[in-house]
Amino acid sequence: MAVDTLAVTGLKVSIQGDEGTARILDHIRLHLAPGRILGVVGESGCGKSTLIRAILGILPEGARVEAGEVMFEGENLLAFSEAELNRNVRGSRISFIPQDPYLALNPLFTIGQQLTETLRWHAPALRSNAQRRARLVELLRRVQLPDAEGALDRYPHQFSGGQRQRLLIAAALACSPRLVIADEPTTALDVTTQQQILVLLRELVTEFGLSMLFVTHDLGVVAELCDAVCVIYSGQTVESGPTAPLLKAPLHPYTRALLGCHPERSEGFAGIPGAVPSPLRAPPGCRFAPRCAHARPACSARAPHLLTPEPGRQVDCILYEQDTVPA
Amino acid sequence: MAGFVLRRALLVLPSLFGLLIVTFLLIRMVPADPAAALAGDNATPAQVQAIREQMGLDQPLPAQFLRYLGDVARLDFGNSSYSSRPVALDIRERLPATLELTFAALLIATVLGVPLGVIAAVHHNRWPDFLLRVLSVAGIAMAAFWLAIMLQMLFAMRLGWLPLRGQLSVGLTAPDGPTGSVLLDSLIAGRLDIFTDALRHLVLPAVTLSLGGLATITRFTRAGVLETLQKDFVGYGRAVGVPRRRLVWIYVLRNSVVATVTQIGLLFGGLIAGAVVVESIYDWPGIGSYTVQAILTADSKVMLAVTLLIGLIYAVVNILTDMVHALIDPRLRDEG
Repeated sequence: MAVDTLAVTGLKVSIQGDEGTARILDHIRLHLAPGRILGVVGESGCGKSTLIRAILGILPEGARVEAGEVMFEGENLLAFSEAELNRNVRGSRISFIPQDPYLALNPLFTIGQQLTETLRWHAPALRSNAQRRARLVELLRRVQLPDAEGALDRYPHQFSGGQRQRLLIAAALACSPRLVIADEPTTALDVTTQQQILVLLRELVTEFGLSMLFVTHDLGVVAELCDAVCVIYSGQTVESGPTAPLLKAPLHPYTRALLGCHPERSEGFAGIPGAVPSPLRAPPGCRFAPRCAHARPACSARAPHLLTPEPGRQVDCILYEQDTVPA
Repeated sequence: MAGFVLRRALLVLPSLFGLLIVTFLLIRMVPADPAAALAGDNATPAQVQAIREQMGLDQPLPAQFLRYLGDVARLDFGNSSYSSRPVALDIRERLPATLELTFAALLIATVLGVPLGVIAAVHHNRWPDFLLRVLSVAGIAMAAFWLAIMLQMLFAMRLGWLPLRGQLSVGLTAPDGPTGSVLLDSLIAGRLDIFTDALRHLVLPAVTLSLGGLATITRFTRAGVLETLQKDFVGYGRAVGVPRRRLVWIYVLRNSVVATVTQIGLLFGGLIAGAVVVESIYDWPGIGSYTVQAILTADSKVMLAVTLLIGLIYAVVNILTDMVHALIDPRLRDEG
């Protein structure tokens, strides 16, 4: 079996703040096979952004990786120095598509100035600026941006939201990455544009032989785009597996509750009682226990064991340790 | 861009007109009768009346105002009672020296202040930041006249590295030239000896004058960079592997200097006012020392002309500031 493009195991990240230490990521586990799209799903504040930052080594000041491994094509990125990450990982082998394309672009520089910047550092084969621009124009045509030649000399505010996201997708492809990390790239877009971007991303993954880590809170997007899913709750991986079976028969009570929140899937409006706990005062054991309809005393006593109820599927829940699947 | 500049220039006209009205009314509000003062103590009422008619003071205010506008338009401010020469001529001779001093001070403040501000921001809450914050408060708080004297004592009198005062050493005369500025005209004339001498004379006054501005520019740049560092595009730049130094000094800096440019514009007007003190101490033959003389001798014509001049400079600098903003930010160009 081929080495996973990305394999995160036992990742713990905490942030030292004024109010104490908050463990933002408690135990994160995910596996992304080559050529696949893995959806990382969770509510706002569950640690999705911190996870991306930890993988890329750009955690904010005060944040620290306490334990775990981030294996990228067999190498542990956590052991890399800042200089090595900048030279050989960020922007080159791992590229990034941001959540809000408008905020991610500097309003004062032309698209060409900004996007050739990555190529200047990570595509040494392209020696001149003209070569870099030619490469970008070629990619901008591929992502179906109108007037690809003229785009490089325009400024971010002269594009629509969908066009800006196409610009950044093209930029993400420019240095022939192995892995693309997409941080809710369609959240800031309207629904029709969102649909076009998803179709485009799917095509590009196949065409460029990429693997993609697709972070989102939207299970609908996951159903449409991703090969596999990893569900995160409050910094803990609760369930993972191939998309179709996981969405059809979710195992973890949190996944089921999350699916119940989806207006298309549930009758009437269902929510999850309570709120995501603050990482400063995270409950012990399973962090979902206080909101879980099936919680029992053992849930808060210890962390659940990792279980593999079906091949390829994994769940972290005490309920399955005793083979007592709740109704 | 041309349309943008034109619109901004038109916006300045009302404020210049307001300045003319205010200065005009200020002169009329002075309780003394200028005609009587001019006629002298022994003049008959008929003589005073004749002078009044000659000066147009018997006419209604709007007519007087039109006459005043005409005088200003022809740059006719009358003769200075101190130098007995036309005020406009005095100003034309002295303005280049003040502009030289002001530009030099602004250059020092900007060239040092912007990088120092960036360094402070990048080392936020670490020792370079603390040091620069203390120094900049000191820079704003320090009185220019005290600093000027200290610098003179140290560099001119004790060490003898730099001249004590004046614009040129005794025995040297500035060559005639098109600009009236000693530095520029000596360069044009190819007189490097005069240029060097003038430059050495410029150092202490310019440093003295620059200090407040340097502190202000450092602080504004620091605040701007700190704010910009929080922006998403900085995080994006890091995520795609743009070296941090390049990110800060090229991409972050440009977004951070908008407020700094506004400050530089405001400082320019402030520097010309500050030049009054500095020019007097260093015996610098500019508008500042000229104004001090005018105030001490109650030379109202000079004061009027200088007031209008500073107002005009403020207006021009305002337009320039807007232009620089538009150069920095393409969104302003599109809005117009």
